[in-house]
Amino acid sequence: MRLKLKLPNPGLDDRIPSHEQLEVMEKEEAGDRPKWDNKAQYLLTCVGFCVGLGNVWRFPYLCQSHGGGAFMIPFLILLVLEGIPLLHLEFAIGQRLRKGSVGVWRSINPYLTGVGIASLLVSFLVGMYYNTIMAWIMWYLFNSFQNPLPWSQCPLNANNTGYVEECSRSSTVDYFWYRETLNTSTAIDESGGLQWWMVLSLVAAWGLLYVCCIRGIETSGKAVYITSTLPYLVLTIFLIRGLTLKGSVDGIKFLFTPDVNELMNPQTWLDAGAQVFYSFSLAFGGLISFSSYNSVHNNCEQDAVLISLINGCTSVYSATVIYSIIGFRATEKFDDCMSDNIMKLINAFNYAENSITESNYNDALNYLNQTNPDVIQGLDLQTCDMQTLLSQGVEGTGLAFIVFTEAIIKMPISPLWAVLFFIMLFCLGLSTMFGNIEGVVVPLQDLRLLPRSWPKEVFCGLTCLVSFAFGLIFAQRSGNYWLALFDNFAGSIPLLVIGFCEMFAVIYIYGVDRFNKDIEFMVGHKPNIFWQVTWRVVSPVIMIVILVFYFVTQVTKNLTYLVWDQEVSFPTLEPRAFPSWIYVIIFILAGIPSLSIPIFALFKFIQRKCCKKEKRADFTVETISAKIIMDDKIKF
Amino acid sequence: MLDKILFLLCLASALADERCMPDTPHGFQVRLSIKTALGDEAYVWNENEMFLFRASLAFAMRNHMNGQQFEVSNIIVCNETMRVSFWFIVTSPLDTSQLIDQENVEAAIRQSRNRINSAFLLTDKTLEFVDILPTLATLYTHPTPPWLIVFGVVMGAVSAGIIIMLVSSVVQKKRKTNRKPQDEDDDEETRVKTVENGDAHDGIHNMSFSEDERFTKM
Repeated sequence: MRLKLKLPNPGLDDRIPSHEQLEVMEKEEAGDRPKWDNKAQYLLTCVGFCVGLGNVWRFPYLCQSHGGGAFMIPFLILLVLEGIPLLHLEFAIGQRLRKGSVGVWRSINPYLTGVGIASLLVSFLVGMYYNTIMAWIMWYLFNSFQNPLPWSQCPLNANNTGYVEECSRSSTVDYFWYRETLNTSTAIDESGGLQWWMVLSLVAAWGLLYVCCIRGIETSGKAVYITSTLPYLVLTIFLIRGLTLKGSVDGIKFLFTPDVNELMNPQTWLDAGAQVFYSFSLAFGGLISFSSYNSVHNNCEQDAVLISLINGCTSVYSATVIYSIIGFRATEKFDDCMSDNIMKLINAFNYAENSITESNYNDALNYLNQTNPDVIQGLDLQTCDMQTLLSQGVEGTGLAFIVFTEAIIKMPISPLWAVLFFIMLFCLGLSTMFGNIEGVVVPLQDLRLLPRSWPKEVFCGLTCLVSFAFGLIFAQRSGNYWLALFDNFAGSIPLLVIGFCEMFAVIYIYGVDRFNKDIEFMVGHKPNIFWQVTWRVVSPVIMIVILVFYFVTQVTKNLTYLVWDQEVSFPTLEPRAFPSWIYVIIFILAGIPSLSIPIFALFKFIQRKCCKKEKRADFTVETISAKIIMDDKIKF
Repeated sequence: MLDKILFLLCLASALADERCMPDTPHGFQVRLSIKTALGDEAYVWNENEMFLFRASLAFAMRNHMNGQQFEVSNIIVCNETMRVSFWFIVTSPLDTSQLIDQENVEAAIRQSRNRINSAFLLTDKTLEFVDILPTLATLYTHPTPPWLIVFGVVMGAVSAGIIIMLVSSVVQKKRKTNRKPQDEDDDEETRVKTVENGDAHDGIHNMSFSEDERFTKM
């Protein structure tokens, strides 16, 4: 299968450094561009960027809800066919052209600058809401330094006769999350004002991020030694702790029990593909940036395969740990439920204690139901089912802040486990934010909107400040609903569009032959048939399929969001339709980054047409001094 | 065997009072969950334990209603079950035909709940007086919320870090600009040296070109 499609791309050689120039730059070590201290720093930064909160709270849920062990099959297949080729492509193009995302696409063709700008916008929007999740994690972390933990008890009501009604109707962890943390309102249009404790947490989150990113990879490169390695340590500690708890093995068994029928369901493959794509943090521009700081002859092929494997293994490992703890929680809840029922029975019929145990509960219940059915009815016994408890389908913030915190308060020495857990989540999120900030700051510098003389600290500070200001939306009472909105629309469709455009641009506009030669120059051998096939056909097709299906499902279904309302279907969340003005916001979030690609191409086209005469004059200057100036330009 | 007979006799004598019955408006039901509370160290419930219960209840009544000398005989118990649950009523020490009303009994129990509980090594949950809700312990409120303290520590470290980084950047920049005029002097010297010590084969070093470079850099 040899597709010789290549779109015309004049002037490419003038815009990119040639192989000889790259060798010269490599030897001279132009001090202008930052460099990695060592290979480990680069790998840890990339691993940190890829491994994020999604590995901990999205993948386990997908795995369990799509047939357990059987989900590994579509996940691994799509990892190899979609994730690794795209990753290799981003690494290689960044290392070859030695620029951030805007610089790379502008070098390939000025009409493609829109792709870089789209990456910038998406990184900015995603960074905004991702750091709010970090603020929530920090809030929980700050609150973990006390015994007993604040989410283990309900507060008393006004006259000390009982617990607050909202808390007794739901649970202590629900109450702490929805009331004391978010203070959530009942609809997205009820903003409810800023919550001061959330604002403080946001300040802490952005402040800490700024300190780590203040000088780009010079500072963040040191921070990743801790933020990328600590999660693995904590996961291992939790695994050991989890395996010693009762019921953990049930959780792991539940997670991995395969249901091969799920493989027939197309939704499984779609979810697997989407998870691989988002999990690799592709199309944010951060990976291109990080790769551009490498030396020219770094083996990017090996790096891509290595990081993909680490990412996949981390997903599986963290799913095991999470489900061991979930198994423990489900067993505890089951035991509580059973002992409750048994107590009700022996109280009603005045049997001796321990006469009814878990083993003879069913027999006793049947007997009593036949002899005294009316009494049994009046008792209001709950059905205790392990399967329901295990599949209390939780992903996202619900997993971390409700289910896991509930499991933690049942463990001995709870504050220790709480601190460890939230530090792990914090590190996972922070290392991802480094990549996000890189994907915003470097294109901003490349775009030259602000004076070049301004140091990197100012760019970084400005980004953090503006993101913080916009991020105050999420500190309102309705903040959680806004965050879900952003998560669903800003971080989904635009990324798929950008990813597809990146692939198309490199293979068909930059030219796959030239790309192959570049990789041969950098790594030493031409990429083999696997890469050729996946880059040219397989990966773009997979991405188009996922994009189309995603788009269709989002557009056809009635858009709703889940609300915490005491009046309606409490304590479960109730789906409610969006108000009509939200559709404008959705369009802004999903549409503007995606549309910036064609809009910018159009803009550049118009600019070329009307300023064509001036441009012609520029190119005819052929004197020696002009050539020297042009040489200086190419260096940067 | 003898214990059991004695037990039944005492029960019979206690039962002799017809005013004590289930759902009596003057008394309360009591439920003990000894095995749940104590597990292996659970004691057996027998007439001695019942005597202790009646005595502690009499103690509670004496504490609440000052002056009245309640005796063990004033506490009448009935309807004991295997669960270890029973009903009791309280008669007035002055006139055994009069029963103490529910509010007073409840108040007395509430007042001395802790003492009654500890006599039996049980808690509010395991020694249950049905329909008397235990007063909930008020949660300890810290003078300053602990999260604010941790937040202060973290923000202090972050601010210190930012200031150190910014100051060191400024200092580094100043050092660079101070060193530059020095470096340029060194450069000029070395360049002159190469011209002087250079081989004739190297060709002519175009001085005008290098000066141009320096100017365009600025």
